[in-house]
Amino acid sequence: MSLLKLKNVSKHYQIGDITIKALDDLSFEIKKGEFVAVMGQSGSGKSTFLQVASMLAEPSSGSIFLKGKNVTNFDEKNRAHLRNKEIGFVFQQFNLLAKTSALDNVALPLLYSGDCEALRIKKAKEMLDRVGLSDRTKNAPNQLSGGQQQRVAIARALVNNPSIIFADEPTGNLDSKSGAEIQKLFKKLHQEGKTIIMVTHEKYIAKMAKRLINLKDGKIVSDKKI
Amino acid sequence: MEIKSIFITAIKALWVNKTRSVLTMLGVIIGVSSVVLLTSIGTGLQLYIEQQFADLGANTLFVVPGNPFGDGGGLGNHETAFIESAQGKIKRRYLDKILRDHRDIITDGAATGYSTGEVKYKNETKKITLLGVTANYETVNNTEAVKGKWFTKNDEERSKRVVMLGPKVAEELFGKIDPVNKQIKLEGQNYRVAGVLETKGGFGGPSFDNYIFLPLNTLFDDFNSELIDNFSFKIKDETLINEAKKRIENTLLGENLDKDEFSVFDQTQLLETISSILGILTTGLGAIAAISLVVGGIGIMNIMLVSVTERTREIGLRKALGATPDVILVQFLFEAALLSVAGGMTGVGIAYV
Ligand SMILES: Nc1ncnc2c1ncn2[C@@H]1O[C@H](COP(=O)(O)OP(=O)(O)OP(=O)(O)O)[C@@H](O)[C@H]1O
Ligand SMILES: [Mg+2]
Repeated sequence: MSLLKLKNVSKHYQIGDITIKALDDLSFEIKKGEFVAVMGQSGSGKSTFLQVASMLAEPSSGSIFLKGKNVTNFDEKNRAHLRNKEIGFVFQQFNLLAKTSALDNVALPLLYSGDCEALRIKKAKEMLDRVGLSDRTKNAPNQLSGGQQQRVAIARALVNNPSIIFADEPTGNLDSKSGAEIQKLFKKLHQEGKTIIMVTHEKYIAKMAKRLINLKDGKIVSDKKI
Repeated sequence: MEIKSIFITAIKALWVNKTRSVLTMLGVIIGVSSVVLLTSIGTGLQLYIEQQFADLGANTLFVVPGNPFGDGGGLGNHETAFIESAQGKIKRRYLDKILRDHRDIITDGAATGYSTGEVKYKNETKKITLLGVTANYETVNNTEAVKGKWFTKNDEERSKRVVMLGPKVAEELFGKIDPVNKQIKLEGQNYRVAGVLETKGGFGGPSFDNYIFLPLNTLFDDFNSELIDNFSFKIKDETLINEAKKRIENTLLGENLDKDEFSVFDQTQLLETISSILGILTTGLGAIAAISLVVGGIGIMNIMLVSVTERTREIGLRKALGATPDVILVQFLFEAALLSVAGGMTGVGIAYV
């Protein structure tokens, strides 16, 4: 059974008289444990695809099924709960809360799932340990290197044990050395059985995935095993 | 998510941006402290004045020319003009007549007239208000001498040239020298200083501390005046105030005075008029302060708006991580409420100090 399924999904942006078809009648399916890399030219709709698939943005038309359940028409509150429980997100710009410790940043999703403080701290510590930052729990983002910040962001994405992890160019803002570290981390997560969808520009990073999707003008132009 | 954790999140968000939080509170602090300050100045003034009147005693009645408490209640230009024309109508002898006729309930009475003149001691000269009073002004109006002694009834009847100095005048003319029994010149005539009066204060306007008091008859003789400014009467008992008022009115009407040419009132009436003026003043001050509070409030709204725009990234991130719109809204409401409450309390604190 598919974990996540997009059926004839379109996402249109209306700017003045012009309609931009960021996603154009796109269908897609992913099974548990898969690692999918998404590639395509700038503006081809990769980020939009990720946002719609991860419940951050609503599609203009089409349906989305998560674990067999139609979640297309969920209201904002239920979508928030869904993102909180089922989805982990890693952004290109890390998106950590400024002046807030690594530990608090990682614990943030748990705050919204209603865990008690002791449990939040315990889980967040575990996750930081898992990404190799157990000695940086008190550091604020500006006291961490780019690679370390992205590892904090990954720990945050993992902390609620989500079904799928979405990553939008997670190495895009990093030098090649820290990029490689992050790459290794994703590889490890995949080996542990995590389901991952990752947008990337780099061929060599895409290679660690088992499946590669190419987007063009909001459509999937190729979808192959590698 | 529990309310408590949202509350803690709001506190953390405020703490993380201390500068912004303090700046936001500043508007409220200024607004609230000015409201509290200005209104309490107004109320304080009112209390002070009421206290001053209470000192006069509740069993005092006043007679003045004209009808300052006319229909409007206040002292308009029209009424003041009328008082001028009615001024000559009240005569010194009415005082004696009232005291004689109603000895059973009126224990004492004093008359006051005034003029202005130039006072001179050695090289100091000063334009000054001269208050001609009967000798019992001391007891009827509760004004004691702190140095020397009040002039006597005998002095008054014989138009002796003696004066009592208000404390400010004494200070200005004599400085550290004791003025008692010194000679001063009023409009060129020599007068003996009999004493200096206690401080009565005043509220911005004319103050008794700046006056020179002399026997009424002396004033009439030397300053070519016959004008009575007011009578004040001490009534035996507070309960007899209305009875006494009626009797004084009847006596004066019997002396061919018109109803409009004089008024008899007790201090509560005077107090009401002044209080209503002060009430308006306090409201006015409050309104000014309220404006600054509104400005402060707009300041908070503005900064909250800016911070919401500034924090769209943060809000977006929190939403992406699972915060529902309600949770975000409650967090921001908490932040605004915390800022207002903290700002308000600091404002009250500052005003209190
Ligand atoms: N909020 C928006 N409003 C209007 N148009 C948008 C919006 N977001 C994206 N687009 C348009 O949709 C198209 C797809 O954008 P998207 O960000 O998905 O591209 P991308 O493949 O992620 O590009 P890149 O590799 O540069 O990140 C683009 O033409 C973009 O201009
Ligand atoms: Mg993109």
